[in-house]
Amino acid sequence: MKELMLGNKAFARGLYEAGCSFVSSYPGTPSTEVTEEAVKYDEIYCEWAPNEKVAMEAAFGASLAGVRSYCGMKHVGLNVAADPLYTMSYTGVNGGIVICVADDAGMHSSQNEQDSRHHAIASKVPMLEPSDSGETLSFVKLAYDLSEEYDTPVIVKMCTRVAHSQSVVETSDRAQIARKPYEKNIPKNVMMPGNAIKRHPFVEERTAKLRELAETASFNRVEMRDASATGKHVGIITCSTTYQYVREAFGNSVSVLKLGMVNPLPVNLIKDFATKVDTLIVAEELDPIIETHCRALGLDVIGKDVLPICGEFSQNLLKKYLSPIVTGEDYKEDDLSAVNDQIPMRPPVMCAGCPHRGLFYTLSKNKCTVLGDIGCYTLGAVAPLAAMDMTLCMGASVSAIHGFNKAGGGENEGKTVAVIGDSTFMHSGMTGLANIAYNQSDSTVIILDNSITGMTGHQQNPTTGLNIKGDPAGKIDLEALCRSMGFERVRVVDPYDLKACDEAIKEELAVKAPSVIISRRPCALLKNVKHNPPLRVNRDKCVGCKSCMKIGCPAISMKDGKAHIDNTLCVGCGICEQLCPVGAFESCQKED
Amino acid sequence: MSTKNVMIVGVGGQGSLLASKLLGRLLLDEGYDVKVSEVHGMSQRGGSVVTYVRYGEHVYSPVIDKGEADVIVSFELLEAARWLPFLKKDGTVVTNIQQIDPMPVITGAMEYPAELVEKMKAAGAKVDALDCLALAEEAGSSKAVNIVLMGRLSHYFDMPEEAWMKAMEAIVPAKFLEMNKKAFELGKNA
Repeated sequence: MKELMLGNKAFARGLYEAGCSFVSSYPGTPSTEVTEEAVKYDEIYCEWAPNEKVAMEAAFGASLAGVRSYCGMKHVGLNVAADPLYTMSYTGVNGGIVICVADDAGMHSSQNEQDSRHHAIASKVPMLEPSDSGETLSFVKLAYDLSEEYDTPVIVKMCTRVAHSQSVVETSDRAQIARKPYEKNIPKNVMMPGNAIKRHPFVEERTAKLRELAETASFNRVEMRDASATGKHVGIITCSTTYQYVREAFGNSVSVLKLGMVNPLPVNLIKDFATKVDTLIVAEELDPIIETHCRALGLDVIGKDVLPICGEFSQNLLKKYLSPIVTGEDYKEDDLSAVNDQIPMRPPVMCAGCPHRGLFYTLSKNKCTVLGDIGCYTLGAVAPLAAMDMTLCMGASVSAIHGFNKAGGGENEGKTVAVIGDSTFMHSGMTGLANIAYNQSDSTVIILDNSITGMTGHQQNPTTGLNIKGDPAGKIDLEALCRSMGFERVRVVDPYDLKACDEAIKEELAVKAPSVIISRRPCALLKNVKHNPPLRVNRDKCVGCKSCMKIGCPAISMKDGKAHIDNTLCVGCGICEQLCPVGAFESCQKED
Repeated sequence: MSTKNVMIVGVGGQGSLLASKLLGRLLLDEGYDVKVSEVHGMSQRGGSVVTYVRYGEHVYSPVIDKGEADVIVSFELLEAARWLPFLKKDGTVVTNIQQIDPMPVITGAMEYPAELVEKMKAAGAKVDALDCLALAEEAGSSKAVNIVLMGRLSHYFDMPEEAWMKAMEAIVPAKFLEMNKKAFELGKNA
């Protein structure tokens, strides 16, 4: 059956059709929907793990037990899971293992723009890279076959434009894959030096065999230009969504070597293609991986000397940089329509009623140094709150405040906090907290517990008490956890209560002891959260002092010198009401 | 036929995903190759969002570049103006006249530009502007702005109304179907 399908949904369909029966992932844009779609198939056990390392190790365990397993993550998640990956390359698999890593060129929703192909090369694990939904589905099935045939985990690399675009796929039935028996095999599965030394040559031989496969397999294909084409014969080696941009920009006027497997790369296929063309170009987003390989083969290629290394490609970008080479003429951008006004930017903001707002307002008011983390609350860095000094990676707030306070000569403890969300804390904040407890710094850590993983679109986590299906599950008690690590000062505040937030932060900063403040209120977007009626401004009382504007609420603006509330956005959280010196905010019932 | 390009733009959370789902379904049913690119993640939090819908005999790129859009459908007036450089020279903007202040306007750092419909026309665009929020409320829910816009967009597509209705029945939950059909008609006839 033909269907229009999101790349990530096609990935999940591939898992289903390949007979995968175990999925463990940590959410991360743009990879999240693979797991969210996989859970819709009853035949596949699915779970959210606390982090990517745990997810990958769980998938490894499932493979050891004899089933086809999967774990998925965004590019930076693979850094967290790199430890098991590099040694799983040595052990190989029992049931096939497929790993999704989704890169985010253009940084639509990420803190860096790293190219995950480096991990495939460094870990010596094969990597397939589809260019649309249809290829995603077929590559996932192929990946399981390769995994079991070549005894290796296989990475299928997605990118934002493949993961989050819909294109047509053809679906088929699920393969019936029997669970393989588990057999104890110490030399293969116990990676201590004596055994690993013997596995490394196996990994090198495997790569050589896969490279041989890559020379002729259909996932790498040559598309020669139209026979009628004349002039200089340009050949472009490309992969992923860039293949689509190449075809869009230059049609059949160029020859293309489209690589579906980006590790290992073929040798003879590329050399042969190079001999057939006059000019060889490598078009790839981010780092010059294929280009470097070509140069190592002694080929003369055009690559990052012409094309950008930063950001995403598009059809016009390729026309701009490559037209002079392909057609011999400069690309002229169309005369574009535009209004002359400066258009105000519309950056993402904390939602109206976001529980993080009250807490960040309090931190801003107290002029705290705020070491931040990864999540919706990173938006606390945006004006007018601008209440963040650092964001690095998952969990770094809790680890970094310890170093910041220890090294600050006693000047930092009284004004510095770490802020981290509930899910991020479970992911990798706990180990940083253990360091504070163990090596004793007077650090104040604020856990922003909104009872959900917010930024990636509401996934459950170990603190919510619900599993991926929304069914009751184990629930980690944050207060008990922190106390058990040795924190004597653990307190809970409601971030809608500004006075309580202010007291808690002032007291915990003043005291000479490590402390944890849990700022607890569910995300305002959760369906089961009951809201108060929206507020309205009594224009007779409002003096236009703009006190309510300091919190950066998208529901509040100034109209004719007085505050105005958009009642389609306001959820009646009451933060603005607490800041108004003249009591101009009143409750109203929703009109609809 | 050459590939046609429709952009759906708005503010994160306004419901553009349903609109693109409806369009995708419609175009696939009509036998076209279709690609739809969406935005997920951080930009959804009240930021400027864009969805690309492309259809034709064979569609390669999932994205629309500057100067390529045949139609821009906008949920919000400022967003229509922001994405205008993506419109083809003879392209059409179908826009809701609703205004949602972005943060620089809320904080007072910038003004919301005035008379944007006139300015877009002066820039050479055909502009079809309507109050979708009022029409959606008339149909029964402020959430139906997306379907009001789709009704209006149907003017610029050479497809029978039955095809739109069939796609809607496949996409919209049954209990909201009648309300959404009304929203579609109100948008179409506005």
